[in-house]
Amino acid sequence: MQQTNRLRPFFENITFERDDNELVLNFGPQHPSAHGQLRLMLHLQQEQIVKAHPDVGYLHRGMEKMAENMIYNEFMPTTDRMDYIASSSNNYGFALAVEKLIGLEVPRRAKVIRMMLLEINRLMSHLFWLATTALDIGAMTVFLYAFREREYLMDLVEDYCGARLTHAAIRIGGVPLDIPDNFLGDLKKFLDKLPENIKDYEDLLDQNRIWKMRMENVGVIPTEMALSWGCTGPMLRASGVKWDIRKEEPYELYDEVDFDIPWSDRGDNYARYKIYMAEMRESAKILYQTIDMYNETVKNNQTELMAHAPQYISAPKLDIMTQNYSLMQHFVLVTQGMRPPVGEVYAATESPKGELGYFIRSEGGPYPYRLKVRAPSFWHTGILTDLLPGHYIPDVVSIIGTTNIVFGEVDR
Amino acid sequence: MRRYTPKDDVQKKPYYTDRYWVAPQVPKYPVEEDEVFAEDLKAIKKKFKVDDAYIQVEQMVVYIRSEDNFGVLQLMRDELGYTQLSELSAIDRLAERGQFEVFYQMLSMQKRKRVRVKMLIDEHEAVNSVEKLFRSADWAEREMYDMFGIKLNNHPFPKRILMPDDWEGFPLRKTYPLQGDEFAAWYEVDKIFGKEARDIIGPELRDSAMVDRYDTKRFARLGHEVPYGAEFKADQPETPLGYQEEEGVFMIEKFDEEKSVVISDRDR
Repeated sequence: MQQTNRLRPFFENITFERDDNELVLNFGPQHPSAHGQLRLMLHLQQEQIVKAHPDVGYLHRGMEKMAENMIYNEFMPTTDRMDYIASSSNNYGFALAVEKLIGLEVPRRAKVIRMMLLEINRLMSHLFWLATTALDIGAMTVFLYAFREREYLMDLVEDYCGARLTHAAIRIGGVPLDIPDNFLGDLKKFLDKLPENIKDYEDLLDQNRIWKMRMENVGVIPTEMALSWGCTGPMLRASGVKWDIRKEEPYELYDEVDFDIPWSDRGDNYARYKIYMAEMRESAKILYQTIDMYNETVKNNQTELMAHAPQYISAPKLDIMTQNYSLMQHFVLVTQGMRPPVGEVYAATESPKGELGYFIRSEGGPYPYRLKVRAPSFWHTGILTDLLPGHYIPDVVSIIGTTNIVFGEVDR
Repeated sequence: MRRYTPKDDVQKKPYYTDRYWVAPQVPKYPVEEDEVFAEDLKAIKKKFKVDDAYIQVEQMVVYIRSEDNFGVLQLMRDELGYTQLSELSAIDRLAERGQFEVFYQMLSMQKRKRVRVKMLIDEHEAVNSVEKLFRSADWAEREMYDMFGIKLNNHPFPKRILMPDDWEGFPLRKTYPLQGDEFAAWYEVDKIFGKEARDIIGPELRDSAMVDRYDTKRFARLGHEVPYGAEFKADQPETPLGYQEEEGVFMIEKFDEEKSVVISDRDR
């Protein structure tokens, strides 16, 4: 009998010494290619995997519990810590859910700025994915190039909200700030350069013999499996389902912009890689259009950034400073928090990883009665149970890479 | 009369609520208003008992009996085109009525519609697993068990998923405090050093905001710094804030207020 205390690791009913030819391999949780805190228990026959048990929870911080003990605005910075690679998309998902619960209409300029932030975050996330996956496969150069481009985007976000990783750049009811003076110019400069950069990555990878050997026909997810496991985002689109929430259930102004949904029916790692690359181009296309949309709002003098709903959202600073009643409402909203109506909402958004949904049950109090985060990575990790058997050990790394899981989001 | 508040709900409560304040409701619409939903509901009603159904925030909510959950989801997947189970979890209503509310968030990609199937179960009632229909339920149901202690029938691997295997208590229940209970405070001490070390180490501080100014081993006091483990005295001298390296460090520039620029043109 194993003593579980005294700093001796406790392996749950796993015997490492066996009589048959099966070898049990513990992969992670502290492995550089485990993308954070993934632990995999792999049963091997020679080098082939026969059984895989992903084990998660090493980054569990109880965010849903925290949400039940926080006022709605207080929870916003906490959402940053879920998918910390693209934190504004988490902020946005939460803001959208609360706005739907209250029934708020966000001003147009705020919508445009939000879309800019969302697409910048998508680019950041995809560049980060490309960098780390390429590094896992062994392509160091791509890692350095992609991180360089991501740096420019982080600078842009820093110009906007001051933070580089955990942005908290979106508020319930709008955005806190207008974009700074140099923002549009810098963004345009970056976007003009981006096609060249993407071409550089593709020149390095597309026909690369090692890359193709590690990617092609590895980790094939059939359509039924992807649907059954609740896959969303690039994982689902690589498996033959053309489904993008931005297009099918458009939020913000996505119905006004022109973009395509890249998809493939191959279902393997290579298809996913191609989709990420194509999505970066589509994001750039959307960003060009948002620049024009922003200039239009300037021309039409639509300067409002926050929705007008004094019961739920503080009035503009000018009103608070000049009008007594606005100041009183602001005080109540800050100290007690807003009280959304009694009811439930499930709002789904297309985050860079897939469908990010927030389920909120409100009992009319300032704290959510129940908040459930539907994080796409959770199921993209679960699918490894069915996906890995039959593959070889080196494939594990490339498959984990292309699932693009982030453990802040899996464990929450 | 004073308003009744459930005593075993230990979550944070608002410190003040106006006694005449009535919470507004998110509007509910009859299912007949949407053609697609109306037909789906008719198909479900043909075979199963539906307690309540309405549309809220563009999504249909259907209340079913807990024993029907597998059948309803099978019908929805095979005949109504709801091919994805995007989310599954529970809401704790034990304090209020001694029940859990389990919900299944379904998505139909052909119809572009989302339906939330809900059911009420008693505290110790086990739920039929829908893992055979949707593999995504495998992990989601494990999480539901982990967080609420809702047991499952026919689940292939009913094990905790986020919390450690030997954890006691179910964190998302309303009776479970945010900072964790007695078990949580001793968990790591017992596991790493053994129970006999409890007196030496003491319980884990699980309130991340807690500061003990008399404890000089674990907390530093800004402006009144003392050596590690020194005894706390009332008349300790002030230690002024300052940079450790007065001459500066290679490559690192100190912030100079004179040279900084304040952007004034922010309110366009």
